[in-house]
Amino acid sequence: MKRRHFLALSLISLPFSAAGEPNAHVSTIDPLVRSFTGGKDVLPGKVTLVLPRIADNGHSVPMTVKVDSPMTPAEHVRAVHLISEKNPVRDMASFYFGPHLARAEFTSRLRLNGSQRVVAIAELSDGSFWSDMVQVEVREAACTED
Amino acid sequence: MALARIQVPPQAKRGEPVEVRIVIQHPMETGFRRDANGVRQRRNAIVALVCRYGGVEVLRAITSPGVAANPTLRFHLRAEKTGDLEFWWIDDDNVEGSAKAQLVVV
Repeated sequence: MKRRHFLALSLISLPFSAAGEPNAHVSTIDPLVRSFTGGKDVLPGKVTLVLPRIADNGHSVPMTVKVDSPMTPAEHVRAVHLISEKNPVRDMASFYFGPHLARAEFTSRLRLNGSQRVVAIAELSDGSFWSDMVQVEVREAACTED
Repeated sequence: MALARIQVPPQAKRGEPVEVRIVIQHPMETGFRRDANGVRQRRNAIVALVCRYGGVEVLRAITSPGVAANPTLRFHLRAEKTGDLEFWWIDDDNVEGSAKAQLVVV
């Protein structure tokens, strides 16, 4: 195989393999992640984290989390955790709910201290964990600017 | 500090999703900001928020300064019966706040 063929192949195959593997968005040795999952695998998928690709102002970034779940007593979302890569407080927010919500979806606003990746982890009623990750470019960071 | 506004539709049909929106007036002070005199502002953010519908807890949020000032939350409840929608929250200064709205289900 020629070098350029190998490079082209790796470029094509990498994003797909990375997206499907467990813990593609999180580190299994991250104590914060472990505090939510108890060491279980976090699979990419089922969760959609909606954040703007470019945020002019990190003080207030609109965010929506959607989880693919029917929200019935038998099958629902138990919790959604939001983890920041660069905020001084990485544990941004956790939302606990259940079948009383008609949709596994909520909207709020976040503060982001600079361009970073934001991860959402959802815990389903069957005990499985799912994640999504979004890279946000923040033009004006919140929090720590002096 | 206990200023909040809840928005629910005037009526909801039983079994249908109801959009609930809340805005709480709170600075969500990060603890890293300095005022005009260079004095660091002490952290003061809402750390927990609970929503009850008809006395049953339907949503609980554990928050941090990673949530923007004047926090907003929008979600969809399943309308079951006419009842109170009660929000309660507490911040780093142990100041509690609450807000209430009635959800009319027909």
